[in-house]
Amino acid sequence: MAARVGVVTFPGSLDDRDAAAAVHIVGGEAVALWHEDTSVGDVDAIILPGGFSYGDYLRCGAVAHLAPVMRAVARFAADGGPVLGICNGFQVLCEARLLPGALLRNERLRFVSRPVGIDVVRIDTPFSAGYADGQRITLPVKHGEGRYVADVRTLDELEAEGQVVFRYAPGENPNGSARDIAGVTNAAGNVVGLMPHPEHAVDAVLSEGTDGRGMFAGLLAAIGRPVAPV
Amino acid sequence: MTGDAAVVDVFPPDEQLDEERARPLARELGLTDEELDRIVETLGRVPSVSELGMYSVMWSEHCSYKSSRMHLRGLPTTGPQVLVGPGENAGVVDVGDGLAVTFKIESHNHPSAVEPVQGAATGVGGILRDILTMGARPIAVMDALRFGDPGGWTALDGTTVPVDPRQRHLVDGVVRGVGLYGNCVGVPNIGGETIFDPGYAGNPLVNALAVGVLRHEDLQLARAERAGDLAVLLGSATGRDGIGGASVLASATFEDDGEDRRPNVQIGDPFAEKLLIECCLELYHRGLVSGIQDMGAAGIACATSELSSAASMGMRVDLDRVHLRDDTMASWEILCSESQERMLALVRPEQLDEVLATAARWQVPASVIGEVVEGTTLTLSRRGEVVAAPPARSLADEGPVLDRPRARPDRLDALAAVDADDVDLHAEAARLAGGDLATLLHRALGSPMLASKRWVHEQYDHLVLGGTVLQPGVAGAGVVRLEGTDRAVALSTVGNGRWCELDPREGTRRVVAAAYRDVACTGARPLATTNCLNMGDPTQPEQMWELVEVIGGLGDACAALDVPVTGGNVSLYNATRGAAIPPTPVVGILGVLDRAGDAVARRVRDDGDELWLLGAPTTRGLAGSVLGALLGRGPGGVLARVDLDLERRLAAVLGASASDGKLRSAGSIGRGGLLAALVRACVGGGRGAQVTLPDVDGRAATTDGVHLAQALFSESPGRALVSVAPAHAAQLVARCEEAGVGAVRLGEVGGDAVELDGVAALPLDDVTRVHLDALAGALGESTA
Repeated sequence: MAARVGVVTFPGSLDDRDAAAAVHIVGGEAVALWHEDTSVGDVDAIILPGGFSYGDYLRCGAVAHLAPVMRAVARFAADGGPVLGICNGFQVLCEARLLPGALLRNERLRFVSRPVGIDVVRIDTPFSAGYADGQRITLPVKHGEGRYVADVRTLDELEAEGQVVFRYAPGENPNGSARDIAGVTNAAGNVVGLMPHPEHAVDAVLSEGTDGRGMFAGLLAAIGRPVAPV
Repeated sequence: MTGDAAVVDVFPPDEQLDEERARPLARELGLTDEELDRIVETLGRVPSVSELGMYSVMWSEHCSYKSSRMHLRGLPTTGPQVLVGPGENAGVVDVGDGLAVTFKIESHNHPSAVEPVQGAATGVGGILRDILTMGARPIAVMDALRFGDPGGWTALDGTTVPVDPRQRHLVDGVVRGVGLYGNCVGVPNIGGETIFDPGYAGNPLVNALAVGVLRHEDLQLARAERAGDLAVLLGSATGRDGIGGASVLASATFEDDGEDRRPNVQIGDPFAEKLLIECCLELYHRGLVSGIQDMGAAGIACATSELSSAASMGMRVDLDRVHLRDDTMASWEILCSESQERMLALVRPEQLDEVLATAARWQVPASVIGEVVEGTTLTLSRRGEVVAAPPARSLADEGPVLDRPRARPDRLDALAAVDADDVDLHAEAARLAGGDLATLLHRALGSPMLASKRWVHEQYDHLVLGGTVLQPGVAGAGVVRLEGTDRAVALSTVGNGRWCELDPREGTRRVVAAAYRDVACTGARPLATTNCLNMGDPTQPEQMWELVEVIGGLGDACAALDVPVTGGNVSLYNATRGAAIPPTPVVGILGVLDRAGDAVARRVRDDGDELWLLGAPTTRGLAGSVLGALLGRGPGGVLARVDLDLERRLAAVLGASASDGKLRSAGSIGRGGLLAALVRACVGGGRGAQVTLPDVDGRAATTDGVHLAQALFSESPGRALVSVAPAHAAQLVARCEEAGVGAVRLGEVGGDAVELDGVAALPLDDVTRVHLDALAGALGESTA
């Protein structure tokens, strides 16, 4: 049976359609979840997509993490369900304390939109299992507030516990993130957030290549669901 | 309210005017004495304050097109591909399979000069609502930006051009504004232009283009056809911001009081627009809307009068029901407010609850403010009393039409007498760069005019909505796939004030051809045109003459290339303290690709591929060129005439070769000539090339300095630089021969330098750094 992957739409979510399309391309079924939902229903995994939830006129993700659906997402995560936050979704997960750290304005104080090299540094999460250890992939970033920060002790713990999943390739850190961190996971390894956009790199006809496919195909394989052939 | 509103002649005390008070107020609002006389004649009485306010905005240049209207009538606007032509909010073009595409470009020049961030942001927001109004989901935006020279770069003689802080401020603000809005509203930016030229120092140009897709049956029209339908105001609360912003700001030249006009600039809320877009699309798909109009310039006055006039109906509107930010607003302020992110939808009474529930789901405020009625009068009331009762048509469609005096500027003769082609590049290298031609070329490529606009593109989301095939910077046109299909549309915008100031008619023909060629180079079939005519002061006969010449050139070229004009915008009064911008028609051309995967970028792909110059022969073409500007030469020279029939044949060759999958890269040769095209191709592909110079004017290639200047920098029209695998070169040549299109082999891809016939070798690393980083450097930005 095809994997059912919930994709949450907050008011102001923008890349929700793209996340759903990426799930579909690898053979999964995308299930639309609405910010007012109080249950996530029968899904195998959840994606919090990119965008500007509630306009993000306040701190990014600060309003969205209070939405009713987030209580259901937190329960799903606590039960070990795989949850992926992409860009704004990563910001929401940090605000919700489902992931450590925070995302601040880019070091150069400008929105940055370009492909960057990413090293996959941990492959035993559901969202990185589709890659080889240390694999260098290229994914686009597009954000104004993607500079990952945490206090030194937290950063040291993340490193020691292997909670850094994706790192910007040397010299390619686009936003001043601490220790070139592009994506992290929680202690249990089932919740992953990253600033780059894998969902925009799944279709060979489009501009960004297909290096993002592994994230979705790997998820489906990791939870024992069929994956569509390339 | 009872009775026929048209006979109202007594208004509340704060609305009532007499002849004596009406005249100075009318003048203050920008209406001429003749216009006031006409209003009095139309109404059969002195207008109320609210009516005067409505007429002043609806009859402004921006809304009425009074100076250009009679001339625009001559444009070609029809064709089998055109579903909706000019007159609606945006033109609609059939792209096959029951799908249509709507697109339009509009200016936001004056607001952006006053407040660059919000001016540019609301320019994007406004054009998106034009697209939404047609029933379409917006799928991409582009922006055509023009600024003065920011300085901070190395001139050809090695000196640093002094920094102009005001230009830096404008560039920073406008780019932030475009990004702020587009990124947050979730529509990808797929390109445009960023041009730096001293001619725009006093009047930056900010033109925003949007494109949307719809199924034929979802087409919406701005018509109030059914009496009893309710008028529902959707979106943000109405406030005092932007009263007379677009309409009044855009209808006068700037003097020294820019600061005082800041309250006229609207403030954008892209989040509100995102919700409004999703709400409206849901209403369309559920068949809940019978007519809709966006509210931009002239706000409620414009939306109500246009909806009514288009269907020869009337409307009753109760201004007390408009949701306001400040309920002390006067009636005329409510009517003329240009608060952003608002739409006026017409709905059946029995479907109102469903409409309101949909709006609530998207958190979009909604108020029922009136209803469609029989008759032709717009009856507006406040606190139970009628405050305005004009015939809708007189506002929307019977504004003044002026045949303004025009005169060919004498200076054109002097300009035509200049020999712009008298350039010896070796001599210039000796004069400016110690005889080192490569240094001279590097400096030229590092000028803001020729440098990559990567610094701009990287501040815009070009991926959201998941359809971007060719992103900004990789081709002369952006390409997006239409969701759920293999089809894609290609869009290019081109303007060139340097060409048009020499010869507005021929310059415009050349601009149309350049945009057409950009689209054709991607492999797309050009279909239709939108345009934004950025011009000077129409009350000056010479500037009025330029406007009419530009429109003539536009019509001529669009007819010859079979790309009908489906809409556009005229921006006049782009002049500061008597100095006008060069005439700058910005032309947007839309094309279609049957298979998105066929789209061709301009970057070279593989070592060993052959480089070919296709199309017209290279001719003397330094009139109005970037090289002329870099050498500090004033404007002058005669533009080589564009062969529009050849452009069509070239487009056919490019389209056929792309759909065969045989074209590895293609890029138009325009601003900056063959050198700029080569550098874009090589830097984009990360590969060098060995190139032989082409003949110029039939003279066999030599490496003398005069030939070199033309071969590298001529901007003569009709040419494209392409690459093909060696195995496919013969087929390409045969195809060109059959079509009567020139084909000249220039060399091949490979190596670690752009090598030019042994006269100069530009190491790829150096030229890449210069090309990609120069603009950020000039603007004082780090590139790390």
